[in-house]
Amino acid sequence: MEFVFDLEQNKDKIKELKFFMRENRGKKGLLMATLHEAQNLFGYLPIEVQRIISQELRISLSEIYGVATFYSHFSLVPKGEYDIGVCLGTACYVKQAQQILDKVEEVLGISVGQTTPDRKFSISATRCLGACGLAPVMMVGEDVYGRLKEDDVEEILNKYR
Amino acid sequence: MTTIQDLNAIKERTLKTMELRLQNKDKKKDLEGKHVLICGGPGCHSANAEDIKVALEEKIKEKGLDKEVKVSLAGCFGLCETGPNIEIYPEGIFYCHVGVEDVDEIVEKHLLNGEIVERLVFEDALEDGKVKPVSEITFYKKQEKIALRNCGIIDYVNIDEYIALDGYQALSKVVTEMTQQDVIDTMKEANLRGRGGAGFPAGRKWETAYKYHADQKYVICNADEGDPGAFMDRSILEGDPHSVLEAMAICGYAIGSNQGFIYIRAEYPIAVRRLEIAIKQAKEKGLLGKNILGTDFSFDIEIRLGAGAFVCGEGTALMESIEGKRGMPRTKIHRTSHKGLWQKPTIINNVETFANVPAIIQKGVEWFKSIGTEDSPGTKVFALGGKIANTGLVEIPMGLTLREIIFDIGGGIPNGKKFKAVQTGGPSGGCIPEEHLDTPVDFGSLGKLGSIMGSGGMIVLDEDDCMVDIARFFLDFTVDESCGKCVPCREGTKRMLEILEKITEGKGTPEDLDTLESLSETITQGSLCGLGQTAANPVVSTMKYFRDEYEAHVYDKKCPAGSCQALLQYFITDDCIGCTKCAKNCPVSCIDGKVKQRHVIDQDECIKCGNCMEVCPVGAVIKK
Repeated sequence: MEFVFDLEQNKDKIKELKFFMRENRGKKGLLMATLHEAQNLFGYLPIEVQRIISQELRISLSEIYGVATFYSHFSLVPKGEYDIGVCLGTACYVKQAQQILDKVEEVLGISVGQTTPDRKFSISATRCLGACGLAPVMMVGEDVYGRLKEDDVEEILNKYR
Repeated sequence: MTTIQDLNAIKERTLKTMELRLQNKDKKKDLEGKHVLICGGPGCHSANAEDIKVALEEKIKEKGLDKEVKVSLAGCFGLCETGPNIEIYPEGIFYCHVGVEDVDEIVEKHLLNGEIVERLVFEDALEDGKVKPVSEITFYKKQEKIALRNCGIIDYVNIDEYIALDGYQALSKVVTEMTQQDVIDTMKEANLRGRGGAGFPAGRKWETAYKYHADQKYVICNADEGDPGAFMDRSILEGDPHSVLEAMAICGYAIGSNQGFIYIRAEYPIAVRRLEIAIKQAKEKGLLGKNILGTDFSFDIEIRLGAGAFVCGEGTALMESIEGKRGMPRTKIHRTSHKGLWQKPTIINNVETFANVPAIIQKGVEWFKSIGTEDSPGTKVFALGGKIANTGLVEIPMGLTLREIIFDIGGGIPNGKKFKAVQTGGPSGGCIPEEHLDTPVDFGSLGKLGSIMGSGGMIVLDEDDCMVDIARFFLDFTVDESCGKCVPCREGTKRMLEILEKITEGKGTPEDLDTLESLSETITQGSLCGLGQTAANPVVSTMKYFRDEYEAHVYDKKCPAGSCQALLQYFITDDCIGCTKCAKNCPVSCIDGKVKQRHVIDQDECIKCGNCMEVCPVGAVIKK
């Protein structure tokens, strides 16, 4: 699935990102913070944005690409409006979280790391969310669903469609 | 500018407003009014604790009780299993599984008429028809709280409440009465060992950094809590953020640093937010920033976000990440306390380690050493999870046995199942079987059993869990999280995972077991950092204690726990009433049989989807 990044449409956000970099210029180790900012602004890190960061921070594009691909929090494809994370921490795993994830993939027709063509949903691989008391746990956007059963999945996802 | 006198004034003033909830600890006098504490820990927060607070406040106002009753959110109570939890003081009544719909009843019955709502009381608190206060519940009785001392008591966004419970007293003592050497001597004597996993004595680390002269030194708090099933650091940061800030400042003073960093996972947005608030408050009060408490000591703290890389929990990888690079561990020519962040002397300690520091400075070395064992003084926080009745966070003195933690505090295994093993230390740890349950927990003993203390995740496994599959699960994790810098870890873990997958699919050969063993050795010895050096532990420990399960998979093509799908067989027993439901629901039509007669599954065709078992009205389908 190809997603096109429109520079014109994102003009204001790019301005904001540039402002962030200029405001913090000289701060040590700025790249990580900048990538976080960009990920928050655009929802992902398209190559066009990486290029802008490269010019602004004077760090080579290859290095930026290297950092962006190293961390799972940064994504090169846009996340959906609702990013879904099924926790695959140990506590959730022994309480059948894998089946929950399989069901989510089945219902949405995409697998982990992908985004639905309408950009409504994306699925992220998630390690422990730290809510082991509620295992198995799933997050849809900011909402947390705990003590899940496989049969709950479809109904929950329907709420967001 | 805050002075020590101001600090004491705040303490005195705020303590008065907290009397109700402290009453439970030292019953001195009868107090008027009530105080409702709502758990705002990770589990309860996710289960809408904040909505309950709003509902409670509305109802209390409606009933005209808002003068007598105070409602506040506090840090994690520890008993995540029963969340959302609330406590009502001064009686110390513990209500669990509270929903917004229960609010009316609690207000009308308990707060208005003083009647206890028994249906919501925590089960273990009921004895002979009486309701015991929180402090008497078994889950809490055996615990000893140092790192979590304020969690569940103070309002985490209110710095005054932290100060009221002796917060920032340790820092003020350090900067006004102690020399750098004094602080380091205290820490060395206390023998506080790193709670992040490896157990390196914090005092010795601090001393090294103190001795090296440099124009700049750094203090880092490692809050990149990545072990699946561990959430103690998150709870401390969310429930008592100031204790970490205070400790970092103390460390900064001791080694001569003016800059601290907290490196925290981006997955913990709530903790980040509460830390930001806490740092701002501390700066406003002059407890962080320039000229702390009017002395010439200055110390600032900055938050840096991780971005979802487990390996960044490793000290040098974390520093690379703060520097804005790929988080790959360094070859350790120098200790980080000599050359760390930007090649400057750097102290990196874990959240829980830091949370212990103010208590040690304040209450003294003797007190600290009276808790725990000689080799590992103090306490350790564990996150109990998996197949255990009381999932949650516990802090226990070192030296308690695994059995006491799992069965007395944790309440044992639910649903009448049998205990099989306890996994400690996450992907770097191992599985400990029943026969070693009486081992006292400290840094040394768990290592001898082939596991590690780790950051404190404790996942209990029961008879339904397949040990080969658990090993596979952890290797899957390590393969994903290996940074790829060194070959043994990058390639070795991948090969091990492939073999484990083969075995769980029933395609394993006897040689595979030997290969696993030799690969384990190579990876352990040849890897660059802690992640690789411990990556084989889950396999080594399960092969040591549960070799019979591996052999059953390889030789008999059976999974004794009945967990590996590929090795299962579904059977229809004599209980079959011949309703034909299973045959109709079988996606590959491999079930045969006439109406009102016993049906049979064709094992060659069966895809083991389990549909038949689910739809059978009389439970005649079994798997083995």
